[in-house]
Amino acid sequence: MNFAPDTSIDIASAVNRATAPSAQPKLKVEKLNFYYGDNHALKNINFEIPEKRVTAMIGPSGCGKSTLLRIFNRMYQLYPGQRAEGKILFDGGDLLSKDLDSTVVRSRIGMVFQKPTPFPMSIYDNIAFGVKLHESLSKAQMDERVEWCLRKAAIWEETKDRLHTSALGMSGGQQQRLCIARTIAVRPEVILLDEPTSALDPISTSKIEDLIDELKQEFTIVIVTHNMQQAARCADITSFFYLGELIEVNASNEIFTNPREARTRDYITGRFG
Amino acid sequence: MAASISGTEADTALIAAHKPTGRISDPIFVGLLWASGIFVLVLLGLIIAMLFEGGLPALREFGISFLWSTTWNPVTERFGAGVMVFGTVASAVIAVIVALPLSFGIAFFLTEIAPGPLRRPIGVAVQLLAAIPSIIYGMWGFFIVVPLIAAYVQPPLIEWLGPIPLLGALFQGPPLGAGMLTAGLILALMILPFITAMFVEVLESVPPMIKESAYGVGATTYEVYRNVSVPYGRTAMVGAVMLGLGRALGETMAVTFVIGNATRMSASLFAPGATIASTIANEFPEASIGSLKLQALLQLGFILFVISFIVLALSRLLVRSKLKG
Repeated sequence: MNFAPDTSIDIASAVNRATAPSAQPKLKVEKLNFYYGDNHALKNINFEIPEKRVTAMIGPSGCGKSTLLRIFNRMYQLYPGQRAEGKILFDGGDLLSKDLDSTVVRSRIGMVFQKPTPFPMSIYDNIAFGVKLHESLSKAQMDERVEWCLRKAAIWEETKDRLHTSALGMSGGQQQRLCIARTIAVRPEVILLDEPTSALDPISTSKIEDLIDELKQEFTIVIVTHNMQQAARCADITSFFYLGELIEVNASNEIFTNPREARTRDYITGRFG
Repeated sequence: MAASISGTEADTALIAAHKPTGRISDPIFVGLLWASGIFVLVLLGLIIAMLFEGGLPALREFGISFLWSTTWNPVTERFGAGVMVFGTVASAVIAVIVALPLSFGIAFFLTEIAPGPLRRPIGVAVQLLAAIPSIIYGMWGFFIVVPLIAAYVQPPLIEWLGPIPLLGALFQGPPLGAGMLTAGLILALMILPFITAMFVEVLESVPPMIKESAYGVGATTYEVYRNVSVPYGRTAMVGAVMLGLGRALGETMAVTFVIGNATRMSASLFAPGATIASTIANEFPEASIGSLKLQALLQLGFILFVISFIVLALSRLLVRSKLKG
């Protein structure tokens, strides 16, 4: 059984109402099914992610939202037994197709994780690491790139005097912004955020949220969050997942004030989850 | 019990009724634990003291130059530890050089690449290598490996690499089979399981999220290994190598079989040599009580103890510093 409404109509109208009409779909999920071994984790998902907007995915634990996020950059392929069926169109090509190299996909669709994950090296090298994998830059160009993305991640002022000290010595909030900078450094088109503030204090959280608002000028952002206020604050579009199905997707202000589905209403009013 | 705060007589009586159960047995138990702990320290101290005291006359006789003198002549009773110290360190270093890349390969294959059903058999096989008794390695080395090396490995190496200046010095002499290189190779097999097991543990302790982050910026399997997994566990890995080195230093039986037991110094990897442990094993039966030779052997033992102790202490330090943080 599939309770999901025809989401392609939803998103089109949502985008029109919420944002400028120019927003094109950046990622288009078509008939996506996902399995962890025998466990059918995502069921027939049809979904569009508009370009240069923030799209939030909410839902109770185990609903499949993080799973979907990890399909977008093919992280699931690291683990045998996990497989995806269906299509995800990205610039006209299918993300899931074997012809596309994972490293290329991951450099165009970057990801930031729940907990800050600085590499065991200096702040500078944390950023340079990803860049070096894809481009050969001179020292001066690299310096410029590092400064550029640290500024974009609003952490340049705090780090410019200690670029060559270990990233492990930073606070949790700084580390997370460094991880965002590291993701931006590769100049991806899409940034995936998997509960990026769940391990952070309120002040760091609000800094990251401001940052997300800045970044959507240039990047398409998909954020998974357990915090519904966060979705309401940051996201243009919010989608609600439940038990592996996409229940509802709409402009954030619509979904939080006037949800169409009973289950969405129950979740956002705190009746379950 | 609810009124115990008021401290009435009835309460005191109630408390008295609960006899402490461990008044006698517990101190005995604690005492035994103390005794076991102290026993180790006393034992270690006594062994060190005994070795040092037993070898002291040799040190007095030959002075501090005993440590590096390369003379070992039982006939004239002139003894020096130089050849054995060199042989011990050289064979152990060869072993580590050979074992290290193999351990890296096995450990990374097991943690990252190997499909589930293959992981256990290979892991167990590596562990079983450690279960083979030293004497078996010695016999196998002597009867199988030594003739093979003498026939197929040494002649071409001597021919090709021997004429090269400097480097050629490592490949001189007749293809005897038994020698420093063979000892190092056998030792490499023996320390392989220990180093591999530690590497696996270290690699498994790398948080998956950090690896995913590296994959997430588009790194390949090798790049993640090289730039994230290995640096993350570098200290512990150095510790693991030291631990392997420590084992190689003290290994006796297998080495005695294949090293050739010549108390001469030679730069060639093919020349027979001796380690401290192999010399003690070979010559102990011929050393009469109270003789200078016995004292020299005891002093050798003390030197080996000190070398191993330093290496093991260093490895503990390094392993612990990482696995904790």
